[in-house]
Amino acid sequence: MRDKAVYVLGIIAAALLVNDMLHIIGLPDEKMQGAVFKIIFFHVPVAFTALTACGVSMIASALFLITRNFLFDALAVAVTEVGLAFLAANLVTGSIWGRETWGIWWTWDARLTSALICWVLYASYLMLRKSIEEPTQRAIFAAVFSIFCFIDVPIVIFSIKWWRTQHPQPVFWAGGSFPADWAPYFWFNVLAMMLLGAAMTLVRLRDEESQRELESLRRMANAY
Amino acid sequence: MSAVAVEGVWKFYGDFPALRDIHLEAAAGSCLALIGRNGAGKTTLLRTIAGFSRPMRGKIRILGNEPRDLEARRRLGFIGHGISVYDELSAMENLTLYARLYGLREPRKSAMTWLERTGLDRVRDGLVREFSRGMRQRLAVARAFLHDPQVLLLDEPFTALDDRAIALLQDLLRDALRAGKTVVMSTHQLREALDLATHVALLVRGKIGFLGERTAEMLEDPGFVYARYGEA
Amino acid sequence: MEFLRQVLVVAHKDVRAELRTKEAVNASFAFALVVLLLFSFAFDPESETMKEMAGGLLWIVYAFAGALVLNRSFARELPNDCLDGLVAAPTPGAALFLGKALANYALVLAVELISLPVFGIFYSMNLMPFLPQLLLVIALGAWALTVIGTMFSALTVNIRLREVMLPMMTYPILAPALMGAMRLTATLVQGGGLGGDMATWLKLLIAFDAVYTVAALALVDFVLVG
Repeated sequence: MRDKAVYVLGIIAAALLVNDMLHIIGLPDEKMQGAVFKIIFFHVPVAFTALTACGVSMIASALFLITRNFLFDALAVAVTEVGLAFLAANLVTGSIWGRETWGIWWTWDARLTSALICWVLYASYLMLRKSIEEPTQRAIFAAVFSIFCFIDVPIVIFSIKWWRTQHPQPVFWAGGSFPADWAPYFWFNVLAMMLLGAAMTLVRLRDEESQRELESLRRMANAY
Repeated sequence: MSAVAVEGVWKFYGDFPALRDIHLEAAAGSCLALIGRNGAGKTTLLRTIAGFSRPMRGKIRILGNEPRDLEARRRLGFIGHGISVYDELSAMENLTLYARLYGLREPRKSAMTWLERTGLDRVRDGLVREFSRGMRQRLAVARAFLHDPQVLLLDEPFTALDDRAIALLQDLLRDALRAGKTVVMSTHQLREALDLATHVALLVRGKIGFLGERTAEMLEDPGFVYARYGEA
Repeated sequence: MEFLRQVLVVAHKDVRAELRTKEAVNASFAFALVVLLLFSFAFDPESETMKEMAGGLLWIVYAFAGALVLNRSFARELPNDCLDGLVAAPTPGAALFLGKALANYALVLAVELISLPVFGIFYSMNLMPFLPQLLLVIALGAWALTVIGTMFSALTVNIRLREVMLPMMTYPILAPALMGAMRLTATLVQGGGLGGDMATWLKLLIAFDAVYTVAALALVDFVLVG
């Protein structure tokens, strides 16, 4: 049942994405930046999805600490991994856009820097999980760390913005204007990315649960 | 009211049930010996009763309180696998530290009393790092008894002890039982433990295989419970 | 009152145990010296731009050296299963955490204050005109480092690769606080005050300290008891 739901979700997301992509290809190039401007249709929706993933991870972690139901732990790790993948997509698309527009792959722009810090934060969440053997302890410690990370996200975003506004910087939207009639495609892509993220999380969730079952069976086999 | 009550406790490592539906009671003045093979869940059970980790399901009461309740902590003494005293501090400093944490009114005096009772008063200012193994173990015993606990939880208390420490601990436990205190200990040293025990619980794969009074035949043949109720 | 007394008992124990061996403090100070030395090769210590970089340099030294002290905090409880003794005592987890954090704070601050004049001498900076403000920034930044480091020391105490994981987790979380401390220090070194824009950074640093102190106190019981 759950498998089917995942497939359906995945197919809907893919269909939406393909359909939207065909439309976006059909749109005229943006006046100042040319074709590369269209990367925004992906760059921003994946960022939204990644941010949502952080939030879901925090909620799942808190719920695990309260209920001790391992489903929430599995959800936390699944959604964090998917969120990291989306954040990586965000960083890569940003980098490609930067190369085309500014001529450089990376700049310590406010958004890039905060995205990178968040990426490193959540990557260390996964590393922490890997290094704790005992499942209950791993789940508790990871949940506490995830909550610490989530608290940091707004502080990081705010402080880096503050840090960078005191430096001359290429203004992100300079030369770019977003035509109003393009908006629906943008929001469709947000929806598609969210659905895709949800489908990936569900797949990863099942994987995580099987992993845990396997671990317990091994423990059982070796215990006595 | 029983001093230690365990009602339907389950404990999991991931999905693996380390403790399954444990029911236990120990009345004041009784000594319960927990026996079982390695990995049967003795340490897990004892640590859960002591409040080092929470049970997934079920309830534990120490003198009517939750194990994490400060009132329960104050009346609980625990000896685990480690001696829980600091190598860099002296015997006296270690005991006064714990006396202060337990809120004893005269920390130094209580510490001194227990140093004398464990025969460590001569080396009170020596660093634990420099102590012999037997002395360290006696200090661990002093640490656990320092705050005059009503309930004593001991995890394999006799395993690492030398003769003198075993004799000391047995005397202290006898005194404690006579004074109406409660002892729960896990052990492999059946002879030493059964000698003190009034009750015996056998853990088999995280479940209680046997729970009852210690009988005379157990003393004669310490393997009796295993043979009768354990797995082959 | 009882809570505060227990906090002090734990803090006193940690400081005393550390001062008896001075393992962490010595290592930390030596490390700070080495990094200060190495930085003189990375930048021209005589140049005017040095003043702009001073804040960053000082806080990188502090963050790295501080991690050595913080690493030891819960590791100290590992031999002899000492943590069992503390957790078994009628001491709330929050009091235990705060006690250890205070001890770490004292040790971290000590290392920072000893390395401060060394920094001033090596990079020919007169720190005296703005010393009170600088000490305020150091006090706030060191608490951020301490509260995060102590908490994560508890999280990583039992795991493989503890020495690697602690900085991996600590520095990204600390990024905003470190940025604030660096910016404030750099401004002070360049003769600026703590008003205007700098007041915002000061507030950020205070907010960071407050938010994470509360979060750590609220969550530490899960870490200690499960």
